[in-house]
Amino acid sequence: MSEIIGYRRPAPGTQPDYLFPPYASTVQRAPTQPLVRLPHTQTELTGPVFGYDEVKRGDHDLTRQHAGDPIGERIIVSGRVLDENGRPVPHTLVEIWQANSAGRYPHRVDQHDAPTDPNFTGCGRALTDKHGRYRFVTIRPGEYPWRNHYNAWRPAHIHFSLFGQAFLQRLVTQMYFPGDPLLADDPMYNCVPDERARRRLISALDWETTIPEIALGYRFDIILRGPEETPMENKR
Amino acid sequence: MSLHATTSQTVGPYLHIGLTWLIIEKLAAARVPGERISIEGRVVDGDGKPVNDALVEIWQADSRGRYGTKSFRGFGRSATDAQGKFHFQTVKPGRVPGLAGKLQAPHIAVNIFMRGQLKQLVTRIYFPGEASNAKDPVLALVPADRRATLVAKKVTGKAGALKWDVFLQGRGETVFFDC
Repeated sequence: MSEIIGYRRPAPGTQPDYLFPPYASTVQRAPTQPLVRLPHTQTELTGPVFGYDEVKRGDHDLTRQHAGDPIGERIIVSGRVLDENGRPVPHTLVEIWQANSAGRYPHRVDQHDAPTDPNFTGCGRALTDKHGRYRFVTIRPGEYPWRNHYNAWRPAHIHFSLFGQAFLQRLVTQMYFPGDPLLADDPMYNCVPDERARRRLISALDWETTIPEIALGYRFDIILRGPEETPMENKR
Repeated sequence: MSLHATTSQTVGPYLHIGLTWLIIEKLAAARVPGERISIEGRVVDGDGKPVNDALVEIWQADSRGRYGTKSFRGFGRSATDAQGKFHFQTVKPGRVPGLAGKLQAPHIAVNIFMRGQLKQLVTRIYFPGEASNAKDPVLALVPADRRATLVAKKVTGKAGALKWDVFLQGRGETVFFDC
């Protein structure tokens, strides 16, 4: 009988609960009944694969999607996608979206009085290479107000969506920028008690990806859940 | 090497910008074998209001119980509309192995993303009138009085049409899993 090796459960304090009242809209949307602990079966250990028929070569460059250059500071965001065992996650889909440099999204819900940019949609995607690396060219997103509480402002951030190789590796997160004073008061950033976990959401200025006279580079490594290590006695 | 998974964050209200380039509501091409089904549902919040900014993703096996084959990827993504509605057209999945080599009842895995969720909701869709539901190892873990929230309902008069609503809170709250 083959035993299925499950994935690690989150370390305490590193993943948010559904109900987190400082983020007000969790109150109407978080489950109120106890969650049922799901064993990891073939369903959870497999996941969809995406390819170059869906992700096109230029999709990683958010500054080249329109006729002109977007307004704002051009930046490069790159990093590696690894699992919790440090293994690269190759050929996996990474989707990003973000506000423009004025802190505005081209979205019907966004009524913030800041200009939209006809040369910036704020949507990109890429596949990681065989070493789990990805790279985007974009512009630095602006901060913007939201109505969660009095005088609430989101720190500059880029949304990331990742699939990994299994249903339960699916992750949506946000990348922040180093030294942002708004992080201290942001309910999203502060949704977990583990300070080291929060800090891992902050990218690092990275000279290796910075291109002289062109664009500053930021490094953001992303860790997806990893399989439990096989106990030695179970190895054949 | 031991690392911790990156902290999950909400998709927020502007998820459509980044995620609706890939909407897959028809999962099975005409040549893919299997029983054709359609699944339609609504996502409803704790105030009984439709959730108009949710993204529903599904993951399923093909009709023979195989994941990720060449002809059938098995992944779907639908964004809810103003009424909170999402929908998929697909084939009914076959049975796949569960725990200790026992087969699971046919089911579809579901991830739901939305503003107000700091991480995705995880749930499953099972099928009505399926004898194997009674022996499904995952359904068996769900309190008996809540199992029905995971089982789609037949839409009368429409062959293969199923309805499966998601109630985030309150009476009939859908069962969500700690995955």
